[in-house]
Amino acid sequence: MSSVLSCSDLSFKVRGAELLNGVSLEVQRGETLGIVGPNGSGKSTLLKLLAGLREPSAGEVLLDGQRLGKMARRSIAQKLAVVEQQADTDDGIRVFDAVALGRTPWLSALQPWSAADDAIVEQALTDVDAMHLRTRLWRSLSGGERQRVHIARALAQRPQILLLDEPANHRDIQHQLTILNVVQALPVTTLIALHDLNQALKCDRLAVLERGRLVALGAPLEVLTPQRLQDTFGVRAHYLTDPFDGAQILRFHS
Amino acid sequence: MKASLIRTLVALATLLIAVVAGVAIGETSIEPGVVVQVLANKLWNAGYALDPIDEGIVWNYRLTRALVAAACGAGLATCGVILQSLLRNPLADPYLLGISAGASTGAVMVALLGVGAGMISLSVGAFAGAVTAFVLVILLARVSGSASGTGQIILAGIAGSQLFNALTAFLITRSASSEQARGIMFWLLGNLGGVRWPSVWLAVPVAVLGLVVCLWHRRALDAFTFGADSAASLGIPVRQVQILLIGCAALVTAVMVSIVGSIGFVGLVIPHAARLLLGTGHARLLPASALGGAVFLIAADVLSRTLIKGQVIPVGVITALVGAPVFALILVGRRSAR
Repeated sequence: MSSVLSCSDLSFKVRGAELLNGVSLEVQRGETLGIVGPNGSGKSTLLKLLAGLREPSAGEVLLDGQRLGKMARRSIAQKLAVVEQQADTDDGIRVFDAVALGRTPWLSALQPWSAADDAIVEQALTDVDAMHLRTRLWRSLSGGERQRVHIARALAQRPQILLLDEPANHRDIQHQLTILNVVQALPVTTLIALHDLNQALKCDRLAVLERGRLVALGAPLEVLTPQRLQDTFGVRAHYLTDPFDGAQILRFHS
Repeated sequence: MKASLIRTLVALATLLIAVVAGVAIGETSIEPGVVVQVLANKLWNAGYALDPIDEGIVWNYRLTRALVAAACGAGLATCGVILQSLLRNPLADPYLLGISAGASTGAVMVALLGVGAGMISLSVGAFAGAVTAFVLVILLARVSGSASGTGQIILAGIAGSQLFNALTAFLITRSASSEQARGIMFWLLGNLGGVRWPSVWLAVPVAVLGLVVCLWHRRALDAFTFGADSAASLGIPVRQVQILLIGCAALVTAVMVSIVGSIGFVGLVIPHAARLLLGTGHARLLPASALGGAVFLIAADVLSRTLIKGQVIPVGVITALVGAPVFALILVGRRSAR
């Protein structure tokens, strides 16, 4: 296992407020790494820094061994795709065209759109089960459908690494489950910020953020201990065992 | 490939017909056949026997006017597309954002304070004014609230327009003779009278250049659909593209303002109509907007010359009469889309 994306001592400040403080972690090739933490703990900030969308105030990010700050945006986008929390548009764009934007890093001004690009876009739509939406207008989609189209756009970039910010946020329960399954079935390394801790248990590893600091990193059941849940999230919880498959489920108490 | 060739030919034919119509229609109308014969005489030495007065009117007065109108319309519509895409704001337009007002101030400053003369130095002054106005308006929008807010930047644009128009008026009152003042005030409202060949040689290349630069970056403009962060994650060097394309919009606006004064709403009306007809992809939106802008401004100029007998209405008045209701429609449309 080698690390495809790593950061060391990463910090980010906005007008003196420290949003992220000394975070170091390595993402292993092929894994699904979940990021959890209470609201405002720095999950989105961490993803933005790892994607190179913000300049860190200290520390650095390495993508495939190269310093992110020194790479051209285009070569970053050929390796790493981002699904943002609430990227929206008022334009009357259709789903297929929105997903086709994912081909941008692979096309140049003189290079025409090709049949291969069509095939990649259609595959991406199929992967997120959104092929039937292809001619719909973006405006007419539900929140969950929009999120899937965003993921399809990211997949159309054919990235090695996928960064997702809270994709489960506004989706109905059926799709919450399938997206995580889809993402885990893809041959890409995934970094995913999650709200639902029971979903987070399905990741290969979890990173727990608390007020901008990385306070735990490891296998989900080792990281999300009742003590950790009490300290970081302020909730009391214990594990139940699902009699069907022996999986662990968190139950919360007030 | 073949389909796009046909589309290009249709576009060029449309443009040619619009120019010929723009030349033919006027207070003394001239047969379109005569217009074509004059063009043939001048371009290929075809040697048709024509009335030299007609020939003079067509070649030196009407044709230059139609060509400059086409270039201005195309250029301003292209600017509208750039600003709307990059600022993610459907109401962005060089006129509403105060860029035209800034360009006017710059041009008037050069004209009155006599920092060199001639078309080029007027354009340079206008460019400096346009960039200054844009930077001020963006800063004001940033300081006063979230820069993404649609209303904020338009309000900042109004403040900017007012400021620069006041500066222009101040400069005129302070430094211009009453005759100069009259001329400048008429020019400020948008006036295609008095354009001759040197204006054509400035306006047409600048309009074409603006369109080519934007077409080269059409995929970058598409990538801004979901905002600047999304564009960056799609591999667009956001800051670089923004500076280049907005600089390009400022340059085109400045050159057009220095030739014909500030003509509003072309950059608002035309891109919206083109989006309704063709969708949002810039590969088609940009050329369609440029063509639409060219035809629209030729038509507006024809109207401005023929609507009131013996009088020329400033062409900016005509575009505003069409544009302001469209602006209102967009406002209402956005509200109901929410």
